[in-house]
Amino acid sequence: MNEVSVLIGGKAGDGINSAGAMVAQLLNHLGYRIYLYFDYPSLIRGGHNFAVIRGSERDVGTCRNQVDFVLALNEETIERHKEKYTQKTVIISNKDLVKNGSYGIPVKAILAEEKAPVIMGNSALIGGFAKAAGIEWEVVDTVFRRHIPKGADQNLAVAKKTFDLFDPVHPIKKCENRPQPLVSGNEAIGLGLIRGGLNAYISYPMTPSSGILHFLAEQKERFGITVVHPENEIAVILMALGFAYAGKKSAIGSSGGGFCLMTEGLSLAGMAEIPLVIVVSQRTGPSTGLPTYTGQSDLQFILHAGHGEFPRMIVAPGDAQEARYWSERAMDIAWKCQCPAFILADKTLSEGIYSLDPDSAMSRSVSFVSLWDGKIPYRRYENTESGISPMAFPGAKDAVVKVNSYMHDEAGITAEDAGISNQMTKKRLKKWETLIDVMQGYPMVIQSGTSDASTALLCWGSVKGVCEEAASELGLRVVRPVVLAPFPVDPIKKALSGVKRLIAVEENATAQLAALAERHGIITHEKILRYDGRPFTVEDLVFRVKEAGI
Amino acid sequence: MTRTLITSAQNTWCPGCGNFAIQHTLKNLLSDREMEGKSLDDVVLVSGIGCHAKIADYLNINSFYSLHGRAVPAATGIKLANPKLTVICCVGDGDAYAEGLDHLIFAAKRNIDITVIVHNNRVYGLTTGQYTPTSPLGFKGRSTPTGTAEYPVNPVELMLASGAGYVARGYTRKMDLLKELIRAGIAHKGFAFIDVLQICATFFPATDYYDSHVYELPVTVSPGFEAACALAREWDYNSDARIALGTFLTRVSPSFDERMVPVFVGEEERKRAIRELLDARM
Repeated sequence: MNEVSVLIGGKAGDGINSAGAMVAQLLNHLGYRIYLYFDYPSLIRGGHNFAVIRGSERDVGTCRNQVDFVLALNEETIERHKEKYTQKTVIISNKDLVKNGSYGIPVKAILAEEKAPVIMGNSALIGGFAKAAGIEWEVVDTVFRRHIPKGADQNLAVAKKTFDLFDPVHPIKKCENRPQPLVSGNEAIGLGLIRGGLNAYISYPMTPSSGILHFLAEQKERFGITVVHPENEIAVILMALGFAYAGKKSAIGSSGGGFCLMTEGLSLAGMAEIPLVIVVSQRTGPSTGLPTYTGQSDLQFILHAGHGEFPRMIVAPGDAQEARYWSERAMDIAWKCQCPAFILADKTLSEGIYSLDPDSAMSRSVSFVSLWDGKIPYRRYENTESGISPMAFPGAKDAVVKVNSYMHDEAGITAEDAGISNQMTKKRLKKWETLIDVMQGYPMVIQSGTSDASTALLCWGSVKGVCEEAASELGLRVVRPVVLAPFPVDPIKKALSGVKRLIAVEENATAQLAALAERHGIITHEKILRYDGRPFTVEDLVFRVKEAGI
Repeated sequence: MTRTLITSAQNTWCPGCGNFAIQHTLKNLLSDREMEGKSLDDVVLVSGIGCHAKIADYLNINSFYSLHGRAVPAATGIKLANPKLTVICCVGDGDAYAEGLDHLIFAAKRNIDITVIVHNNRVYGLTTGQYTPTSPLGFKGRSTPTGTAEYPVNPVELMLASGAGYVARGYTRKMDLLKELIRAGIAHKGFAFIDVLQICATFFPATDYYDSHVYELPVTVSPGFEAACALAREWDYNSDARIALGTFLTRVSPSFDERMVPVFVGEEERKRAIRELLDARM
């Protein structure tokens, strides 16, 4: 199978991420499916940044330990990543800054010759890479023209200089696939929300969720949405609830720390039965933790966040494709069941760049929001069979729409009476049942790998990619609940049928999914955990699984 | 059809509570609005939590009975979602000046077109008598039995400094003036703030003090920002001074909801936009 890995490293501020995106596009245009992992510390200038771009004939969502090409913008890159090199690794470097790269490029001289600004130095390395990898000049030309809207000619001139300098050292093969759009997980979430009918996105910046805020703010006119960045996360959730009360679909996003501040508003959403989509993109905690590194340590928090008892939906997409699909559905489900719907992501997914199939998931069943039939008096919390009360919004003729954070009667007026409290609590609990019914129509659990293997990996979220690859190498089964609340016990048990050894794979220290599964009678025999903020690589996981014993 | 403006919810305010006057004033304003042929369907009342907030149960209009301190951001969301709505926030002094002060300042800074009425009795009533940000120095409440060790904030001055376009102070025992101040606040296009002095019959019965210290500002053209600030400092909610009632400042500038109106994009156009965006990522 064709596959290739490229590492680009340099200082923060060197444009590693955009250079990585260009390399990703070159591989995309050769028919490779892409995953790009971007690693950076929490600072603006200085420090070491690197991106690993992995191209594969098949869908990919993780990295391997070894790389075929290194583009080194500084000496540190060469030193730091030594363990990733093989005999065949081609090191292309900026000769002015790096002493011992095998393919040094006189970047300064080339830029001077082309009278190009320093910022175009990365194009010199990309041109060198393209030639070393045997990529045709036409592909470089196409990609530069498509993805550098300003100054493509000059960048191409710089790239051509180095392109002509080398011979193909390690030519990579073309694949049969057509190029696909490359998007980050955060962008995929934004696109899904837009398709779900989003009217307003409200968020306070917090890595790694900020990409959604930036993307939607930049695209707000194109999509016709309102984007607000308020004073804090408490205002974020209250504003979003205000939007939804007034009949507009809203979504909010944060990471664990910011979401902590929102839990008061979450309980309000539960009590007042106001629909809301909440994106929580995890990073390593507790507290400020590792702001720019990944983690899966907030599952138990999101399951239990907020005081009091109320239904919620939690979904953890495994890649960009699923992120788009589920963000769209989360909006439907939130409005159908008038409850909070969570999209639980992490840094790996949010900031990773993936190939996205543009044609998949374009059609969807129309969702039905239960609306008021106009019969007076309107009662916001009318008790129904399903627990779901028809909605009306302020402005509707003769509807007095009262929502309330207190225990309330059907009209939304505060009631502390024991009988009403009982009745309304039961009504909200009925929505759990309704939510469980609604979820039956969705692919809540994904089984992959060797379907009759008696050893299975149990995982969730962005470790999908690495688990599937490791399972494929080792002949294992993978069982991955995408929906985590309501917990799909029966579909998981079905997917585990015949499994004798179950190994949990999670990027946290306490195996949070395993604990959740155990509460439902699903026992894991081993737990493979990583909690240093770095995602598993295929080799890591294969080694750890073998160590644990298949 | 004329609406019954009061719900059947049992009123549980203490006899003599200042909240009655504010509710009565709002009821009269709503009734006037109906008489003018304007619909009450477009009015939304947003409240915090505290004695004041029961008004959400008592007035028979759309309401969002929010959380302690959080009425203002909910109201901001409602107004942004549907700028045609008239959004009135009833909040308390502990509610808006302590728990939710950040929201109040930002609403003034943004100039969101909502009207914030602060039921300022300078004490927590519902939690049975603790000091609030506007209680005077030395106030003996249940959390400060030997008296507070901190000065109060001056909310009028604070709102002027935060950029509020309409700043006024009323008193529940001057109901005609109160009605005019709230009416003008609602009519003001932009953020309107009205600090309403009211007594707490149980924990801060200051009727005699207010009655002997208040005076009405002349209803003339707004005196400008500097003069408004000087006027606001006349009484600092602590020392013994005359208490001005009326409008401190009226200043009209583009509101947040006007500036934030989204572009209308239909569903088909949205789908096309998504396709174009994805095309550009290849």
